[in-house]
Amino acid sequence: MAEPMVKAVQVHKSFGRVKVLNGIDLEVARREVLCIVGPSGSGKSTFLRCINHLEKIDAGQLVVDGDPVGYVRRGGKMHELGERAVAEQRKDIGMVFQRFNLFPHMTVLQNVMEAPVRVRKESRATVRDRAVELLGKVGLADRRDMYPAQLSGGQQQRVAIARALAMKPKLMLFDEPTSALDPELVGEVLDVMRSLAEEGMTMVVVTHEMGFAREVGDTVVFMDGGVVVESGAPSEVLSNPRHARTKSFLSKVL
Amino acid sequence: MSDGVSSMRVQHMMETAGTPAAESLPTVRRRQPGRWVAAAALCVLLAMLINTIFTNERFQWDVVFHWFTSDRIFAGLGRTIQLTVISMAIGIVLGLALAVMRLSRNALISGAAWAYIWLFRGTPVFVQLLFWGFISALYPRLSLGVPFGPEFASFSANDLISPFTAAILGLGLNEAAYMAEIVRAGILSVDRGQAEAAQALGMTRGLALRRIVLPQAMRVIVPPTGNQAIGMLKTTSLVAVLAYPELLYSAQLIYSANYQTIPLLITASLWYLLITSVLSIGQFFVERHFARGTTVLAGRDDRRRSLRGLAGLLPGRRR
Repeated sequence: MAEPMVKAVQVHKSFGRVKVLNGIDLEVARREVLCIVGPSGSGKSTFLRCINHLEKIDAGQLVVDGDPVGYVRRGGKMHELGERAVAEQRKDIGMVFQRFNLFPHMTVLQNVMEAPVRVRKESRATVRDRAVELLGKVGLADRRDMYPAQLSGGQQQRVAIARALAMKPKLMLFDEPTSALDPELVGEVLDVMRSLAEEGMTMVVVTHEMGFAREVGDTVVFMDGGVVVESGAPSEVLSNPRHARTKSFLSKVL
Repeated sequence: MSDGVSSMRVQHMMETAGTPAAESLPTVRRRQPGRWVAAAALCVLLAMLINTIFTNERFQWDVVFHWFTSDRIFAGLGRTIQLTVISMAIGIVLGLALAVMRLSRNALISGAAWAYIWLFRGTPVFVQLLFWGFISALYPRLSLGVPFGPEFASFSANDLISPFTAAILGLGLNEAAYMAEIVRAGILSVDRGQAEAAQALGMTRGLALRRIVLPQAMRVIVPPTGNQAIGMLKTTSLVAVLAYPELLYSAQLIYSANYQTIPLLITASLWYLLITSVLSIGQFFVERHFARGTTVLAGRDDRRRSLRGLAGLLPGRRR
């Protein structure tokens, strides 16, 4: 069996005295789409942010593609990596935020080109071709010279996805990508994510869209109180939850 | 006027008829009698001002304009502009470094920046200029070498720190303390998500600061920096205490010989006003550059709107 893309073993994380993650165990296989659902405050976004070291874990192991994230193992201890080494790891992990976080002072095309040119030091011409192609893929080829403020939320989020993809990531993280959108704009973003999943991208998606989780997800993980309560195929977890907490959560959102 | 009356009549008729006013009615602007009173008062004051400017012979406009383009005033003006530009450059570069240090997670680094700002913001710039001017009384010799070890070179402080150097040090180091706080405010005004998005794309913090955070912070940084530059232009006049002949001191040297004090003070003031105006226009264009992407309007409309803003800078009718 192939090595998983993401492997979490007993991941712990606290903010001051508040324990947010209480031992997360989880695996994401290559080409798998894993959706994390759960009530707010359950630690699902924090866990996602740990995967690219935007948050530091306090204990446990979090390995992406064979490398511990943010740490290096030396003599039975995990030593924290320097800033550059962490940046190096993040190049291969794309992230999409709830609030898009596009760079407002750059045009759509500049947003997509920035990281490949400045971080990967690729030639402008190559990056430009790829950026135009990616914008075409998310249906925004004609918006390339506009600024983010001139786009709708759904369009901004699609640019954010193109921006992340321009780095050719091996893993994509989505942090509630449709939660800040007007209801009628949710579909266009989910469509882009669905086609990305069909292409075989490995994805971890924190979401409240149960329909998306059921239809696109290979695995659904239900988190509560900083632990994984249950996980399995969407049909199992969403239709026949075994745990009382899962049942009570689903009865509120479905 | 007649419109107002007729529209009122229409409304009255409809109300008496008991039917709701379904048609769209014209609106009448509220009259502003206060504006007319204020305008009249201002006109009288303006007339008085113009009158005194032209009739009070003690203004001696011929003397003012004789010296306005004289070599000695030009030399002083050149030194004032030079001092302003160099001091502001030091202030901005050092202020940026201090701001980044202040925001460091390392308590020692942020503490050092805090202490610098505390010292230089907490004492009058006039006193600081005097200190730099009299530095040789505190350290007669300045040397280069290993701390507490051998010296490689040693200089007389009096030779090394000329009045010009003292002025640059005094103004620039003081300015850095203020600029540090302005830059820090700018950096803090940028949403945290911006730095996070940059880091998630694999940028180091330095690159994220340079490419993503600072360009956005500039919208907050530029207006107070323009203020500081204009303030600096005028603060250079304090350098007269170091016997450095900038604009004001040049004027003072002239009137101490010919006793035409008021005309020469006017000459200097006119130059200060002129340079301030040029700086304001420069600031307008810098602000417009960093405002890109902040409106939903397309680029061209954006530009047109901004030009109207420039017109607002000039004296005259304001909307």
